[in-house]
Amino acid sequence: MGPILVDLIEKWVIKNEINNISVDSNYQLNIEDAYTIRDYDIVIFIDASIEEIDDFIVTRVQPSDKVNYTMHSASPSFVLNLCNKIYNYTPETYLLHIKGYEFQLEEGLSQRASKNLDEALRFIKRLLLRPDRLERNLFAQIS
Amino acid sequence: MGQKLTIEPVTRVEGHGKVTIHLDDENNVVQTRLHIVEFRGFERFIQGRPYWEAPVLVQRLCGICPVSHHLAAAKALDVIVGVGPDNMSPTAEKMRRLMHYGQFFQSHSLHFFHLASPDLLFGIYAEPSKRNVFEVIKDFRDLAVQAVMMRKFGQEIIEATAGKKIHGTGAIPGGINKHLSIEEKMKFLIGKDPLNVDQMIAWAQGALELFKDYHKNNKDLIDNFAKFPSSHLSLVRKDGALDIYHGVIRAVDTDGNKILHDVDYQDYLDYIAEEVKSWSYMKFPYLRSLGNKDGWYTVGPLARLNTCDFIPSPLAQKEFETFKAYTNGKPNNMSMHMHWARLIETLHAAEMIKELLNDPDILEGELVRKGNKTIEGVGLIEAPRGTLFHHYRINKDDQIEMANLIVSTTNNNTAMNRAVELVAKSQMNGREKITEGMMNAVETAIRAYDPCLSCATHALGKMPLEITLYNSNEEVIDVLRSE
Repeated sequence: MGPILVDLIEKWVIKNEINNISVDSNYQLNIEDAYTIRDYDIVIFIDASIEEIDDFIVTRVQPSDKVNYTMHSASPSFVLNLCNKIYNYTPETYLLHIKGYEFQLEEGLSQRASKNLDEALRFIKRLLLRPDRLERNLFAQIS
Repeated sequence: MGQKLTIEPVTRVEGHGKVTIHLDDENNVVQTRLHIVEFRGFERFIQGRPYWEAPVLVQRLCGICPVSHHLAAAKALDVIVGVGPDNMSPTAEKMRRLMHYGQFFQSHSLHFFHLASPDLLFGIYAEPSKRNVFEVIKDFRDLAVQAVMMRKFGQEIIEATAGKKIHGTGAIPGGINKHLSIEEKMKFLIGKDPLNVDQMIAWAQGALELFKDYHKNNKDLIDNFAKFPSSHLSLVRKDGALDIYHGVIRAVDTDGNKILHDVDYQDYLDYIAEEVKSWSYMKFPYLRSLGNKDGWYTVGPLARLNTCDFIPSPLAQKEFETFKAYTNGKPNNMSMHMHWARLIETLHAAEMIKELLNDPDILEGELVRKGNKTIEGVGLIEAPRGTLFHHYRINKDDQIEMANLIVSTTNNNTAMNRAVELVAKSQMNGREKITEGMMNAVETAIRAYDPCLSCATHALGKMPLEITLYNSNEEVIDVLRSE
């Protein structure tokens, strides 16, 4: 879901000529993403979620000393901490969790996941149009 | 009463693994096993799909070396579309090689700096809170920065050759779908500091010096930790050079005698078989000629340097000569020297990237060729972790009807289990308590192989799981099967 949403956001950003937003898509986060995020004020990671949530939520990401990564991928907290330790900079960072249901090797999204993706896209668009309201909007979602 | 100790999960290893160590009444280790408990299904999943989709689909096997699967699948399908490696266009082969060296460079750099270095810089018996990359940054910040930039450089090479960073589409049956642009070439050659190939070569040399210094001061650990005799298998170029993209299969025994004589990998089934064991989803490959008991082998950086005769790039060749001299030209069976070999390959990859960037064929030339189609093909490639086999057969509707993958970690299955057993016995025999350091020693032995367990367990669907119980006389007393 992450890459699909990022793709949709990118198209929307280009169409609306919004020039202060960049998008990127990875199969897995890794150490070089610390280098990427060091240039941004606000970072929003997007990923599918199996948590007990309705459609999507946004949570604040904090750098973590906990090294709970596997050999070949990293968590948003790890990437943020690496950015902090190497570049002495910690961008304001969030994680958008979108509820997914089927994670087998299949094509396309389930109907419910597609609906959640649409909701998340609408939310992201509102945020990007009014970044000054970012903080309030995000925490409204958490509550 | 005997004890069973479990280390789960094996940290800093891709996928999910479990080690069990069985102790007897005197706390002596009587059995160790590296269990693979994750189960995936690519061999089944891709059955029925059009064959040309395979190079893209199989990349989802792995987040760390998707390029290896991409290229191994493409090489197998080259055979199916009648364009074998010997009649691939120079542009296609060189672009694929550039992609592959980019992947080697990023993968090896990541492993050494961010995954192995905590063990090497602080020692395997250091406090767990010390053995992580954030502690490395505190004491060796430049190393961590270099690792980030080296991985980024490799990833950008992949993006430029495969079309995108993830799930690239660059390699297609019979060739490649793009050239490198002059802008891309110049960016990598003389790009903004530090992201240019000369800097990458310098940092690769620096990493080697770091390892050699460490080795000088920690000979006992590096030379004797998880050291055990084994056979070694890899691809080599027809003239015996190290070649990670194409060649013939060679295997040598622990004394360096050839036990597989530069054979064509299209015939790999004549030489290699896979054994299934009840306690792991990962199979155990072996050389048919030696049987399942003695025919196991290792693959990966150490195996490659043990099988090849020379390295076709000057700086890495010089390091290779030092490496070979350390064992008087004989195969090196010291598990921790895997790190040394990996760094020599990192330097080689950087040198080859530079050579290919300066080759005019990557900017222009024929991209794809066609030939007489057949129904079956095998692709072999050296992934960062070792030899990777992809084997496909298609039906009359161009759908894949059979796929067999033997991934690097599977090839190392027996070797990893041996390493675990050796370390467990040396660290834990006679002891009543297991310290963090001892546990990490076991994990360190596994990490040396840089295993990718999610790659190694590529079956899909409702595979029946059979559990068989044996008594002390090895008699089956119960069988449980879940569908």
